[in-house]
Amino acid sequence: MSTADATTGRPFEGSARLGRSGRVLADARGEGRAALVGYLPVGYPSVEHSIEAMRALTEGTDGRGVDLVEIGMPYSDPVMDGLAIQHATTRALQHGVRTRDVLKAVEAVAATGRQAMVMIYWNLVEHYGVDAFARDLAAAGGSGLITPDLTPDEAGPWIEASDVHGLDRVFLVAPSSTPDRVMSTTHACRGWVYATSVMGVTGARSETSDAAPVLVERIRSVAPELPVGVGLGVSTAAQAAEVARFADAVIVGSALVKCLIEAESSRDLGALRGVVDALAGGVRGLG
Amino acid sequence: MSSDIPLQPSPGRSLPDAHGHFDAFGGKFVPEALSAALEELEAAFTTAVADPQFLAELDGLRRDYAGRPTPITEAHRFSQHCGNARILLKREDLNHTGSHKINNVLGQALLTRRMGKKRVIAETGAGQHGVATATAAALFGLECRVYMGKVDTERQALNVARMQLLGAEVVSVAAGSQTLKDAMNEAMRDWVTNVDSTHYLIGTVGGPHPFPMMVREFQRIISIEARAQMLDRFGRLPDAVTACVGGGSNAMGIFAEFIPDPEVRLIGFEAGGEGVESGRHAATISAGDIGVLHGMRTYVLQDEDGQTKESHSISAGLDYPGVGPEHAWLAATGRATYEPVTDTEAMNAFRLLSRTEGIMPAIESAHAVAGAQRLGLRWAEERPDWHPVIVINISGRGDKDVDTAIRWFGIDGTADATTGALE
Repeated sequence: MSTADATTGRPFEGSARLGRSGRVLADARGEGRAALVGYLPVGYPSVEHSIEAMRALTEGTDGRGVDLVEIGMPYSDPVMDGLAIQHATTRALQHGVRTRDVLKAVEAVAATGRQAMVMIYWNLVEHYGVDAFARDLAAAGGSGLITPDLTPDEAGPWIEASDVHGLDRVFLVAPSSTPDRVMSTTHACRGWVYATSVMGVTGARSETSDAAPVLVERIRSVAPELPVGVGLGVSTAAQAAEVARFADAVIVGSALVKCLIEAESSRDLGALRGVVDALAGGVRGLG
Repeated sequence: MSSDIPLQPSPGRSLPDAHGHFDAFGGKFVPEALSAALEELEAAFTTAVADPQFLAELDGLRRDYAGRPTPITEAHRFSQHCGNARILLKREDLNHTGSHKINNVLGQALLTRRMGKKRVIAETGAGQHGVATATAAALFGLECRVYMGKVDTERQALNVARMQLLGAEVVSVAAGSQTLKDAMNEAMRDWVTNVDSTHYLIGTVGGPHPFPMMVREFQRIISIEARAQMLDRFGRLPDAVTACVGGGSNAMGIFAEFIPDPEVRLIGFEAGGEGVESGRHAATISAGDIGVLHGMRTYVLQDEDGQTKESHSISAGLDYPGVGPEHAWLAATGRATYEPVTDTEAMNAFRLLSRTEGIMPAIESAHAVAGAQRLGLRWAEERPDWHPVIVINISGRGDKDVDTAIRWFGIDGTADATTGALE
């Protein structure tokens, strides 16, 4: 089935606010489907193997892969992450992953022709230097940042640096966000808007929430020119297909990380590629 | 004196600004999912402290439930070990539940009820805030879950049992360093998930705005009383006011009313652990640098990438790699100074105060006792003709620390001698 019918069906045309990453989501809509965004943290099980896994994300087994890779930077105090991602990022930190490694991963993903965005807790960016990080991310070929603990309220330096270096800035909107906050947060975004579909931290759930379509509509009503991605809780092709009916992108994280955790000793990426195939089918309506 | 002094904003209390900033410090670095709850909380706090009924109820609870006002005790025998200093103890250890934590918890529990929420969660290090929260939850009929680092549940087992007896659920956090910071992460995750039904009752002057401001205001009663007690009983203000600083709530409480008095030195004592030079400490202001942790910009113990380092202290309540943003601001402006006190210095002070005054302080508070003693001795050398008056905030009592003290001093807990039985 085509997924565009159920959304507004309009193409996203001529908006500078699409940036680079929003264009990927808009192109998917042009194909009558949702985009697939896949998250993996750099450094788990090692920097080198995490980059291999990200390459696998861009391919699956059939070459479709994800449309955009969300590269997570491990952090000591990840208040938005559930157990699966905490497990992986804790290991990565124990193995000494550094902020500069995320730029290495960005470069590797960008070399595949797929876009890379970085999901990073704010203190790490501040310590690298906001402008220096933006400069190096742009030089590595990255499209922008997703900032789980930075809202536009405190984002002055990042908004400035992202403008200077031509990067997208994706902020999160939650079901609990007030109308004023949906408006101000969405207006601060470039690229797309990240809708957290259920209240809570990351982690695969058996059901996605009714709150998600409502939230997507609330965002669209104030910013019809921006695509909306829905994350937190999607793990199966059926869930991906369900979310693809109302969102412009389906974001999957914990379900992919779990594939790596289960293959921690073998380092075999077969299961990961299989899940990516299924999800890529899901966003094309093949639940 | 009476404790019915209103809690209200006044000139000189204008920080933080509307965004929760103490100049470069503070703010709100939180997931968007929490933004609405923080706005709701700020609005509830602002209207509550302008509501005479709320203030009257809080005042009644302080007086009739917590046992306020707490006295100031002059420590005559302990002072003999402190150079020329005259040491006065503000006795927060005499509060119900045994520490200053009840001051904040009663205020936030009233706010929880006002916001129509039925469940509270809290983080705790030493267990003092957890016990206070469990107590208020029992009093107000609220569901209560307390997150506590696994290491802390082991070194503060007595407080775990106290919370359970009070009807709270205690969740041991095995992530990270398994101490206070990790308990706070887990509480944040719970709050992100259950924000509609739940109030996160933060126990310190840290976290995102409005917590640093709100907790300071609920703890301000300590210095409102202490300042009036000084003037009433001693006819003067002290030369120095001292307190231990982990997150910094008891210190903000005893500092707040003295901030506009330039002649009163404000000195905080951080946990120096095995010594700042050892790298095993929790002396955030003394040895950290500026960063973002748990929703606030402040001093943080962190590596060159900004990853939080593990802190170390014999005192679970001070074992935290951040500090409230107002302390960061007071340190940066020079209005307050902060010095580290080692585990050894604190434990020696713990024993000395017990034996000279019959007052066994919490190990947290013992850091302030040790620091004040050091000040007294230092000042006696620098200015032999000066007889300074030093107030120490005894933030809590030491019963919970007896196990730690037994291990530290190698006491075996058996009697010194046996009598009354034939061989």
